[in-house]
Amino acid sequence: MSGPGRAVWRKVQRLAVLAGVLLAVLIGPLGGAAGAMAQPTPPQDEFVPISELEPVEELPAAPLLIAAYVFVWLALLGYLWSIWRRLGSVERELHQLSRRDRAGGP
Amino acid sequence: MTRRLFAPMLAVAAVMFAIAPVLIARAPYESTMGLVQKIFYFHVPAGIVMFAAALVCGISSALFLARGRLEHDRRALAAGELTVIFGTIMLVTGPLWARKAWGVWWQWEARLTSTLVLTLIFVAYLLLRRYGGPGSERLGAVLAVFGMVNVPFVYWSVNVWRTMHPRTTVVPTLDPSMRPAFWWCMVAFFVLFGGLLTLRVRLEEQRAALDRLWLAREEAEVRS
Repeated sequence: MSGPGRAVWRKVQRLAVLAGVLLAVLIGPLGGAAGAMAQPTPPQDEFVPISELEPVEELPAAPLLIAAYVFVWLALLGYLWSIWRRLGSVERELHQLSRRDRAGGP
Repeated sequence: MTRRLFAPMLAVAAVMFAIAPVLIARAPYESTMGLVQKIFYFHVPAGIVMFAAALVCGISSALFLARGRLEHDRRALAAGELTVIFGTIMLVTGPLWARKAWGVWWQWEARLTSTLVLTLIFVAYLLLRRYGGPGSERLGAVLAVFGMVNVPFVYWSVNVWRTMHPRTTVVPTLDPSMRPAFWWCMVAFFVLFGGLLTLRVRLEEQRAALDRLWLAREEAEVRS
């Protein structure tokens, strides 16, 4: 094959490869879709309301949430009460002692 | 001035805690965890306050070791107690959340284990201060500094190790609809922390005043 003829032949080969790639890209998904369509889901015999489905085993969240918040409140209030009680006891003793000192008693 | 700050701080915290459930109820459900994710609004602020309390305890202890002033020791003791309180809140609310979100109460993973260890260090600090006898305040101060050093490890553990716990990026990237409830609770917890810390320091000051009074009486009896 002469020089110009070979160049034309190479161009034809490149065009053929390009056309092949384009066909694969375009037809590929269609082929997949066709494959999917080849296995249709079985037709429904009846409609079932969602309320009639089996209950799914699931842990309720509300008791856990309430338990968490109740614990936080109890812990903080309990701690505040404990400081208040200790402070009250110390201040009472302090007051009694300083009163005795002022009175000059034992 | 700071001695009397606890009353207004606790009053503000009480009002904020009363309003918090309304804001939390208004916040939307998280897409994967649903209702139980709302534990987040108390769990995370309690955790951040626990870190703050541990830092206050550690820094005050370091100042006490360096300068020997008793006011630093009193603040350290008060903050140490608050670290255990807020650590316990975190360690109880976390498993309640995990039971629903992960299907288990507890996992021996980096964040949970390191938080437990941090809380136990401060429990040890309190036990040492309670039963350690004379001189335990300096040993306790060293332990508190050791505990404080753990805080950054606990905070970054979720980013460094592979863990089930949500990462630290959750808070900065929080959805705008969830932010009001979260930041409200965060401020409420910090105001409460300030009030409790001030009140607890006052208790230590009054105890010290009582000790001084007893000591003065004994000295007077010895002289007479």
